[in-house]
Amino acid sequence: MTVLQRVRRTMRGVRWYLAELTGETEYDRYVEHHKRLHPGEPVLSRREYERQRFERSAQPGARCC
Amino acid sequence: MKIKSVVTWTAVAIVGAVCWGVLALARGETISAIWLLGAALGSYAIAYRFYARFICKRVLEVDDTRATPAERLNNGVDFHPTDRRVLLGHHFAAIAGAGPLVGPVLAAQMGYLPGTIWIIVGVIFAGAVQDMVTLFFSMRRNGKSLGQMARDEIGVVGGISALVGVFVIMIILLAVLALVVVNALAQSPWGTFSIAMTIPIALFMGFYLRVIRPGKVIETSVIGVVLLLLAIVAGGWVAESSWASAFTFDPETLTLFLVIYGFAASVLPVWMLLAPRDYLSTFMKIGTIALLAIGVVIAAPVLQTDAVSKFAFDETGPVFSGELFPFVFITIACGALSGFHALVSSGTTPKMIEKESQIRLIGYGGMLMESFVAVAAIIAACILDPGLYFAMNSPAGATGGAVQSASEFVNSLGFVITPEELDAAAAAVEEDTLVSRTGGAPTLAVGMSDIFAQVFGGEGMRAFWYHFAIMFEALFILTTVDAGTRVGRFMLQDTLGNVYKPLGRVSWKPGLWFTSAIVVAAWGYFLWAGVTDPLGGINQLFPLFGIANQLLAAIALTVATVILVKSGKLKWAWVTAIPLAWDAAVTLTASWQKVFSDDPKIGFFAQRAQYSEALERGEVLAPAQDLDDMSTVVTNSTVDGVLSAFFAILVILVIGNAIIVCWRAVRATEPLPTTEEPWEESKIVAPSGLWPTAEEKRELAAVGAPAGGSGVRDSDESVGSGKDGGSS
Repeated sequence: MTVLQRVRRTMRGVRWYLAELTGETEYDRYVEHHKRLHPGEPVLSRREYERQRFERSAQPGARCC
Repeated sequence: MKIKSVVTWTAVAIVGAVCWGVLALARGETISAIWLLGAALGSYAIAYRFYARFICKRVLEVDDTRATPAERLNNGVDFHPTDRRVLLGHHFAAIAGAGPLVGPVLAAQMGYLPGTIWIIVGVIFAGAVQDMVTLFFSMRRNGKSLGQMARDEIGVVGGISALVGVFVIMIILLAVLALVVVNALAQSPWGTFSIAMTIPIALFMGFYLRVIRPGKVIETSVIGVVLLLLAIVAGGWVAESSWASAFTFDPETLTLFLVIYGFAASVLPVWMLLAPRDYLSTFMKIGTIALLAIGVVIAAPVLQTDAVSKFAFDETGPVFSGELFPFVFITIACGALSGFHALVSSGTTPKMIEKESQIRLIGYGGMLMESFVAVAAIIAACILDPGLYFAMNSPAGATGGAVQSASEFVNSLGFVITPEELDAAAAAVEEDTLVSRTGGAPTLAVGMSDIFAQVFGGEGMRAFWYHFAIMFEALFILTTVDAGTRVGRFMLQDTLGNVYKPLGRVSWKPGLWFTSAIVVAAWGYFLWAGVTDPLGGINQLFPLFGIANQLLAAIALTVATVILVKSGKLKWAWVTAIPLAWDAAVTLTASWQKVFSDDPKIGFFAQRAQYSEALERGEVLAPAQDLDDMSTVVTNSTVDGVLSAFFAILVILVIGNAIIVCWRAVRATEPLPTTEEPWEESKIVAPSGLWPTAEEKRELAAVGAPAGGSGVRDSDESVGSGKDGGSS
């Protein structure tokens, strides 16, 4: 594996990690989950989904000292 | 393979033992911080490999054939199997806060050794055990909260005490953390400007995420972090311009601002302020902690403090009063054992874990990381000249607030610092003064700027790094204040909803304002009391905060011990019972001294008596300056004394109730019923640790999952879930 490929792979890994950590990929997971369990039903748009996500997180978890 | 592992672990053990040996034998000479790091990392590695594994295998009997709640109840929202590395990030971001940074700085008054020993030994046998065990028991109960588990497993008295305890402890926590921010920002236009700017930055990020680019969190966070760094640089310009006076406030005014901010933040929609701030503070937190760890390793600074100072054995320490036992343990708090983590371990994390065996990485490993942050903090405090350290951390009542009087006070303690040196230290970080900047944050910032300036950017960057460190601490303390106020409000709404129905409705505006106002008023009261206390708010309130946190840990360890005993594992109950006994001894001794000690420096009621008698005679006792100050002291010591007693009684109730339950369980011929969910088969294939073993790699390959990620066995779609991290 060349150095360039290694760098690319690492960058991809970092990006994947941050996207998972911040919940950016939550929408994709929702779409997949929804299509599998409720096939044929309409799926929320990204904008609508993100709004609902914030409503849900209105009750934040405890943060430590 | 076997031999390789034996060789490796022997080497790790030797490195750790040598570092401990150097720490133990070096006396009367300064030593490098590298030895502290080596002792910490070596001990963590051994504990993680052997003790944590023993607890998982023998005591808890984790079972990877058993499906976790994330797998069974997967709804894609709060329950969903999450990659272990991602979950470790989440969990760490939720447990790491200002506590492990501030506590060790204050504990440095007793020298670097007592604090370091407790941080390392405490985390291995108490803190990390508590986090992991709570995570495990909550996971086996579909992610139930600590309060709920206390009620189910111990009983109504235990449950209610735990619930009340959590609420009151939260209030004290918020007040003390807010006090740290106030002390760091008072009279500092640079710091105040930078922190004030985080509000428009967060509002902008919130708007951007909601309207312009929904869901693009990374992009938004990058913009936010850039703006944040700009705000720190701009703070330097503001401090030197004619605007400086507009951002220079006394502590009382800042308190008022914080209370107004806290109320506004808790009633505004989350997307506006809280969520974007949370992203910012998570990135800043992880980034800065990583920088600090790298900086300490590269700079390898020399510790200036004595290994054990004289304040460990007498009660005259100016930063906090009381002897080493129990007060060093109370003061360190979060870095070694933190009750608050039990709330995280029994909240979101157990609902997202993929495999039972991953509790070792996430619960135990996450807490080891937090403890490492505490070690870095104690290093940052101990590389300061002790004269400067005591000038910064002694209350204004003792130092008089001016460089001349502070220098004299420090000399009277037996350390040397000249007024010119104090002025030079303040000028180096472009602050007006460093005298009596209590609360730990400024001290840590000076230490961090010292380390960072050596590694990144040199002397010219010192002031920037100081304010960077202040910003980093203030930012995530304020995030804690936002989130904590909200959590407190929900708890209050929940409880009051039983009395008057509409109050329990989350969307009913008047109820929302009313309960928010109560929570803000409660912590605002203690914050105000701390800011105006002539004896020094940190000196008075920090022990209370430490006691509260450690008592919460006692509740969590009690719940864990009861569950072990009830499930027929009496012979392993010592794993949680020993840290519980130690923690109860520490906290109850501390509470006892805070309530009954004859020494007015320690006992709140002795202090009250001393000041109220003087007040009746019309006398003014230093450091109070007039009769108003005198009555402030009387009021504060009364409230603090009553609270100390109240905390102790709560915990005695919980432990008492638990002992009865354990007794019944031991006497019973069959195991008592617990609320564990029944076994169900797991189909997820995922590694236990950070790096997959050879065998785990084969299993992953068999289901077609990527090497580092996870996959699903024999399901309709027997393919890997495509989680492909940067692992190789």
